[in-house]
Amino acid sequence: MSNALLSDRQAALAKVNDMVATKRHPWRIVFGVLAAVVVVWGALNLWLNPALDHATIFKYLTAESILTGVKNTIVLAVISMVIGTVGGYLVAVMRLSHNPVLRAIGFGYVALIRSIPLLVLILFMGNLALFWSRVDIVNPFNQDEVWIGWGMNDLVTPFIASILALAINEAAYMGEVIRSGLRSVDQGQREAATALGLGSGHTMSKVILPQAMRVILPPAGSQFVTMIKMTSLVSVIAGGDLLTEAQNIAATNLRTLELLVIASAWYLLVTGIATIGQSILEHRLERGQRRVSI
Amino acid sequence: MAPTTLLDISEVHKFYANHHVLQGVSLQVPEGTVACLLGPSGSGKSTLLRCINHLESIDAGRITMDGTTLAYEERNGQMHQRPRAKVDKQRQDIGMVFQHFNLFPHYTVLQNITLAPSLLKKASKAKATARALELLEKVGLADKRNAYPSSLSGGQQQRVAIARALAMEPKVMLFDEPTSALDPELVGEVLKVMKDLAAGGMTMIVVTHEMSFAREVADSVVVMDGGVIIESGTPAAIFDNPQQERTRDFLRHVR
Repeated sequence: MSNALLSDRQAALAKVNDMVATKRHPWRIVFGVLAAVVVVWGALNLWLNPALDHATIFKYLTAESILTGVKNTIVLAVISMVIGTVGGYLVAVMRLSHNPVLRAIGFGYVALIRSIPLLVLILFMGNLALFWSRVDIVNPFNQDEVWIGWGMNDLVTPFIASILALAINEAAYMGEVIRSGLRSVDQGQREAATALGLGSGHTMSKVILPQAMRVILPPAGSQFVTMIKMTSLVSVIAGGDLLTEAQNIAATNLRTLELLVIASAWYLLVTGIATIGQSILEHRLERGQRRVSI
Repeated sequence: MAPTTLLDISEVHKFYANHHVLQGVSLQVPEGTVACLLGPSGSGKSTLLRCINHLESIDAGRITMDGTTLAYEERNGQMHQRPRAKVDKQRQDIGMVFQHFNLFPHYTVLQNITLAPSLLKKASKAKATARALELLEKVGLADKRNAYPSSLSGGQQQRVAIARALAMEPKVMLFDEPTSALDPELVGEVLKVMKDLAAGGMTMIVVTHEMSFAREVADSVVVMDGGVIIESGTPAAIFDNPQQERTRDFLRHVR
């Protein structure tokens, strides 16, 4: 509030009786102080713990293999998220389709994938070679004639297996997020677009999706932040992510705690940037909408 | 010479599951005339309107515009639904205005109006914008071109919705209870735009509860009940000298 406004207010209030005092908020101060004490105490206690070797942390914080791990974690998360979102969109459209077979396929996919723990899925993908050792494209009339073929371990490297597992998993969850977003758009919007003669493609891309985005984006943002952290699971198949690299170093210098601190610091930074990006995007999507605060 | 029939609705039947909502409805709307559909709620008048632009499918009968069957085509002695792209093409000639406006909240007033013309008729952006501004002038909202729908009153939103439908230069305009969701003091501004439109020679089918509008503007008044047309005629005939007991009963209740 500007000073001019403030003095207007004071001038107006000076002339009236029974002026109501500004409401005080003592509990805000109490909670604020409490939180600050707990955070500072906790951080100091961890940081000053004699088990922690600070030199190791600083030595490896920006080590080349750690930075490679950070890069791989980001690449893994982004690629898996993009594939998972496209897949999720298809799942959502199937689940909302008039075609009962497509609806059943969408439902079955979500039900199946959500019931398999991601860790198990990652282990499956990392061990595909146990199912099929090779992928060969053969002459259909002469099965012995192999036109082109790959060994499974060359085709599906640990990195590819990680992307497959994360994307397949993500598609199921994003499918649900996108479905609820599409359903949140009033039926009248679709009718208005249809009545104007817009085809189903234009109706979706110009009318339904932009409005669904407002509902989709907040949970999709948390899905992405979760995804960044879930990439650490692929360390079980040596997926080349941040945790894999940290564990590799820890295996040689036995400084497990320090390398976990390093990994945590990087995860914190990357998810922090993702969270900021998410709020900027959400802000931009609020065009034309009244803000509501609860 | 009598004006040619633009819209010919013939023996249309429609079921919702086992509920027979339209039980053989026939109606001719000559070019440049206004038909008002009246009737108690659940009589099928909104459903009839929504069948014209195929927001609802029909189970029997046919609706033709300018002699072309809408949404369906005859093959091997049976009616089959046309492909979606063809139906969408036909819908471009049929403007529709909804009870709840259904403006696109993420677009400005101007963008609401230019969206369909620029996507479908491939009018240049400049041309579509010029036409949209003309229409906004006509509905008295030129100064709101950059506003978002949420900042407009209901009456203003409905006038934008009318402009949006007109931007496609339709041959007929369908109004589905256009003033039912409005505060009483905002009804007049919307009805005025509709009167101007009628005076300009637009063919209109209006589902409404505004009896004074129907009396003043309609060329024909159609009273529906229980999925059939129980009576139709000029406003004078229907309002001053209704022949059917159910019409008299309905008019008594709305007056």
